[in-house]
Amino acid sequence: MVNQTNPHAAYLDPILARHRHNPADLLQILIAAQEAHGHIHTDAIDHLSAALDLPRAKIEGVAGFYSFLHLKPQGQYRVLFSDNITDRMLGNMELMNSLCSQLWVEAGKVSEDGLVSINTTSCTGMCDQGPALLVNNIAINRLTQERINAIAELIRERVPVSAWPAEFFAIEDNIRRRDILLDGHFQSGSALAALLQRGSDATLNEIKASKLRGRGGAGFSTGMKWEFCRNATGDAHYVVCNADEGEPGTFKDRVLLNGYADRVFEGMTLCARIIGAKQGFLYLRGEYRYLLEHLKAVLQHRRQQNLLGKGILGQADFDFDIEIHLGAGAYVCGEESALIESLEGKRGTPRNRPPFPVTHGYLNQPTVVNNVETFAATTLIAENGGAWYAGIGTETSSGTKILSVSGDCERPGLYEYPFGVTIAQVLADCGAHNTQAVQVSGASGVCLAPNEFQRRIAFDDIPTAGAFMVFDKTRDMFEVARNFIHFFAHESCGFCTPCRVGTSLLCNMMDKLAGGHGSPYDFAEIEKLNVLLQSTSHCGLGHSACNPVLDTIAKFRPAYDKRLAQKDFIPAFDLDRALSQARQMTGRDDTGAHLERNHEQS
Amino acid sequence: MSKANPPSFTLDGKTIPFGEGQTIIQAAMDAGVYIPHLCFNPEFKPHGSCKLCTVKADGRQTASCTQQAKDGMVVESDIKEINDERRALLQMLFVEGNHFCPSCEKSGNCQLQATAYELDMMSPHFDHFFPDRPLDASHPDYLLDFNRCILCSLCVRASRDVDGKNVFALSGRGIKSHLIVNAKSGHLADTDFSGDDKAAHVCPVGVILKKRVGFATPIGQRSFDEQPISATPHPVVKGA
Amino acid sequence: MTAPIKKLKVATTSLAGCFGCHMSFLDIDERLLDLVQLVEFDRSPLTDIKTCGPCDIGIIEGGLCNAENVHVLREFRANCTILIAMGACSVNGGLPAQRNHLSLPVILEEVYHAQHGLVDGFIPNDPELPLPLDKVHPIHEVVKVDYFIPGCPPSGDAIWKVLTDLLAGRQPELGHGLIHYD
Ligand SMILES: Cc1cc2nc3c(=O)[nH]c(=O)nc-3n(C[C@H](O)[C@H](O)[C@H](O)COP(=O)(O)O)c2cc1C
Ligand code: SF4
Ligand code: SF4
Ligand code: SF4
Ligand code: FES
Repeated sequence: MVNQTNPHAAYLDPILARHRHNPADLLQILIAAQEAHGHIHTDAIDHLSAALDLPRAKIEGVAGFYSFLHLKPQGQYRVLFSDNITDRMLGNMELMNSLCSQLWVEAGKVSEDGLVSINTTSCTGMCDQGPALLVNNIAINRLTQERINAIAELIRERVPVSAWPAEFFAIEDNIRRRDILLDGHFQSGSALAALLQRGSDATLNEIKASKLRGRGGAGFSTGMKWEFCRNATGDAHYVVCNADEGEPGTFKDRVLLNGYADRVFEGMTLCARIIGAKQGFLYLRGEYRYLLEHLKAVLQHRRQQNLLGKGILGQADFDFDIEIHLGAGAYVCGEESALIESLEGKRGTPRNRPPFPVTHGYLNQPTVVNNVETFAATTLIAENGGAWYAGIGTETSSGTKILSVSGDCERPGLYEYPFGVTIAQVLADCGAHNTQAVQVSGASGVCLAPNEFQRRIAFDDIPTAGAFMVFDKTRDMFEVARNFIHFFAHESCGFCTPCRVGTSLLCNMMDKLAGGHGSPYDFAEIEKLNVLLQSTSHCGLGHSACNPVLDTIAKFRPAYDKRLAQKDFIPAFDLDRALSQARQMTGRDDTGAHLERNHEQS
Repeated sequence: MSKANPPSFTLDGKTIPFGEGQTIIQAAMDAGVYIPHLCFNPEFKPHGSCKLCTVKADGRQTASCTQQAKDGMVVESDIKEINDERRALLQMLFVEGNHFCPSCEKSGNCQLQATAYELDMMSPHFDHFFPDRPLDASHPDYLLDFNRCILCSLCVRASRDVDGKNVFALSGRGIKSHLIVNAKSGHLADTDFSGDDKAAHVCPVGVILKKRVGFATPIGQRSFDEQPISATPHPVVKGA
Repeated sequence: MTAPIKKLKVATTSLAGCFGCHMSFLDIDERLLDLVQLVEFDRSPLTDIKTCGPCDIGIIEGGLCNAENVHVLREFRANCTILIAMGACSVNGGLPAQRNHLSLPVILEEVYHAQHGLVDGFIPNDPELPLPLDKVHPIHEVVKVDYFIPGCPPSGDAIWKVLTDLLAGRQPELGHGLIHYD
């Protein structure tokens, strides 16, 4: 009877029905509920709790985990400024402050009239066309002061986002260099036809022979992964495409999903046939919500072509379909076991491994998780054979890699190269001058100095998930590292002690240095924390959270030395400011009412 | 399957036999060898979040509560490098919350405190976060002092897996992670929590406390006054 | 130990503490007599010397609750080769730090305005009085501290152990029974 009395039932019931009251779809249901109501109302949780037979604490726990879900009312317009270092370099903070002051709202708060809330968010994957923001989860790029003024006006006038000028929402692909994958000519179904002709086992052998390695970062052999999964026993097998693309500076999956979704879905279908899966998922980061309708249309088109659904290409025993699940602002959900937890509607906490997803993945069943680009590449191999693919690139790294180039260069965008390309070559191609450093593979990747620019993009030299951020000589590498550390602290899932507490401590220490209050003592502390996080963290996020600091310390030491303004330890907090409340309350301002932060040692 | 040679590993040089599926800490505990731990409780499935049980297994650092024992494995635990790291993890837990032991009912029976003693933690070392975590005194018989929660999730697991109740859950993310209870009001009194629940007795620190118990055991006779945690078989904590 | 020993100079003070640690210090009983063979006291509640001169060891009881505490702590740090935090308040803020979840204005309001029986209560603003900090801090957050003796208070035995370890040039260690936080 809850349905009749709960005022939220009207919009929740259709959502629940669409998800067949499946508790494993909790996250998707919460996202939809928020889209319908602006936030997840406490009464809505009552209804969901009853309808899904889930404890409300569990629902609140899930909602509380994801940055884009809110248990309290937000502004009618929710504006989130992307805060990657590349956005910073393009002046996002000035633009945010301008919008805040035009709309009379403090960053991180909801305006008093409930009209607007403004905040920052982790990299939204638009680094080639920043500064960027999301308004009610829809991306707007290439922000300028004029555009911010226009947005302020639209919000003040309460114009619905759907009626904002279309050009605001234009997103460029910016493909600058095409090779075998981006070169385009793909006939839907051609890879599947090749698979059916060759047979599943033979196709798996081609994938193994291609020496294709995962493009999501870890670089595990794709053929082996598929084989392990095929050989694992279970009630059902699953294929999952990882389109969480949360690594700051990476945006190639965005472009692949926009222009090459057919290939990606076909790659997933190849995998399904080989491992014997009937169900697939595309886990799409919430920041790419704007791609959802397009992707659904591509899926629908493939169903019409008999490339998805029942009896694919006339094979009675070949049923497979793909569902799209949205993320909701949690970088850690790109980690495959956290992604699976999230797919199951839970908090995105990385699991203990082993067991690995290939044997115990979605619903504890054998599951392949691959990156978007990996699936796309498998279609090339199905079509052209493993030997052909293995012949491209280098001995250890076959095929091509798509780089997402951003930062200080004339032509940011996508560059597809055969593996083995040098950093210097990429820099030349993208029009980078006076380059001081390149951050390859995002915040968790490696920071390269000019003496390393002859090194190559390859698994045995500079491995990468795709990000390639360029910093010229005017940039402050300390600030780059500090931005990344803030990213990791914000994205830490909080499960394990070292990462949960350590990333926040590290943030505080870097902020202390940034404020000019650092001494060699603090520096030594940072180095100790680095070691601890690397050796004791539970997942890759914590392991690599210190990389930016370690790398910049090793290679750009003067940027740090400059900050070690203090010979001796001084406090991280401002002692004089710590007296300001008391000064205000007592009305005192005599010398005794002040403290110097930096005490002269006698 | 020769009975004469059960599989074993060495822990700081001592041979530890282990059974099918046992993790390093489980085998060590059976053999009476202490490895520091907080989120592990032998009655529950290993969780692996506190990382206090970190050891070096064949040269690689890993959580011994989740790492399966392997025949011939060489495990190092009570060595300076690892103990230094464990101490730093403890210090993180201390500064993350508000731990004022002199006014804590759990003092003397607290695993966090006793583990810190064991590892000679003389100070919290880091700057304190001093978070604001209001306590929940709504329940007639029990009190929740969230200031001391180390997010080990033992109460969550106990309530869910043993009591079948789901009284507790974790919410938030990162440093904002926190414990919540299963009630719209957010108050323990409005849940079906009872003092007979397993969840009422698993907290390794002083969060879930029985009311009207004032320093029941005299100082000097509390669990870890009598002997260090390393000599205390698990779990015999008084006043839990 | 035949060579004549140069006596070590020791200073002690209590900041935002309750003097309990100093009481405990006196609790080392007759060993205090042994101690004065080895050390000589500079500024300390034990001597009533008001300012701290150059010392070998400074011992701080209590955390930092106001500007005066900060001045004294800095004087000690500047003058003492070795600085020791003695007791829970000095080590982690202790009881006084339990006010940290309240904002200072709320506390001052409560104490000077809202309390029953206060008519026209006003917040003292005499320049002679030290202003309170918005939060209470343990001393290691403001100056570098060399050693810590936890406990509320630490037992006389614990204090004795740390001092004698230091005097003997050993890394101070407490061990089971002596190390406690309550
Ligand atoms: C913190 C973290 C974030 C990750 N994010 C992504 C991601 O956004 N996309 C991705 O494909 N892989 C990501 N990975 C790697 C995945 O765990 C997994 O290795 C990958 O999806 C496997 O696909 P592949 O073999 O095709 O690379 C991430 C890993 C970690 C530790
Ligand atoms: S390392 Fe960080 S992200 Fe990974 S499990 Fe631990 S807290 Fe979560
Ligand atoms: S929970 Fe343990 S460590 Fe924390 S205050 Fe209580 S006794 Fe001390
Ligand atoms: S309340 Fe206790 S048992 Fe529950 S998570 Fe916190 S520390 Fe663990
Ligand atoms: S006891 Fe192993 S991680 Fe907590």
